[in-house]
Amino acid sequence: MAARRPYVRPMDGWWRRDRFFLKYMARELTAFFVVAYALVLLAGVIRLSQGRGAFEGWLDGLRSGWSVALHLVLLAVFLFHTYSWFSIMPKTMPPLVVSGHRVPAWAITAAGLACAGVASIALFLAFAGRPR
Amino acid sequence: MKRSTQPPFWLLFGAGGMLSALVGAMLVFLTGIAAPLGLFGAGTAFTYERAAAFAHQPLGKLAVAAVIALFLWHGAHRIYHTLHDFGVRLNAFTWLACYGVALAGTITAAVALAVV
Repeated sequence: MAARRPYVRPMDGWWRRDRFFLKYMARELTAFFVVAYALVLLAGVIRLSQGRGAFEGWLDGLRSGWSVALHLVLLAVFLFHTYSWFSIMPKTMPPLVVSGHRVPAWAITAAGLACAGVASIALFLAFAGRPR
Repeated sequence: MKRSTQPPFWLLFGAGGMLSALVGAMLVFLTGIAAPLGLFGAGTAFTYERAAAFAHQPLGKLAVAAVIALFLWHGAHRIYHTLHDFGVRLNAFTWLACYGVALAGTITAAVALAVV
């Protein structure tokens, strides 16, 4: 047996080797939670189209402890998604130049987070602000 | 020259990522926590009347469809490309498992909203 056995660097668990890769993986895995929330809403829309009884069954489901626990997890993951989305935005968008100076990364991130804050407050007021 | 099919998927990924980053956390809080627990009294009560009235307006339909569809396309694109990082071979099956779910969800949401 004279076969060559060249060293091949194993790639198993490559993303656990480095903090940078861990952050990358955490950011990518938020996608599963975004899909999960979309499916919860999709179920609600299907139930809504089936009439009052069906929709109220879906609402009862939302009131269960499991659902509230799931949404607490979703909330934490979505907050992380908001943070990570705007922290990588300086790298994913083309360079922004204002009066000859490149806008620094932190300013882009801060502007994005500020937009998210304003949009969220507007949504909250639209949903909860009107007394009925 | 063969054209890449990537731009439309990337666009949907970006739009969904931006929408979920802007209002996703607040949506989860309102629909999944505040409304079911009645945290802010009658104003946030989630009732059949309120949901149906919202989904009857064209803009309401558009908003609900946009959230569901864009969140699904965002997730599908990201999961598909992350599978590769875990050493999963990308083929027609994995493509369908990701983008097919997003497409089916989009069509289902559109049909349900049209019926509402």
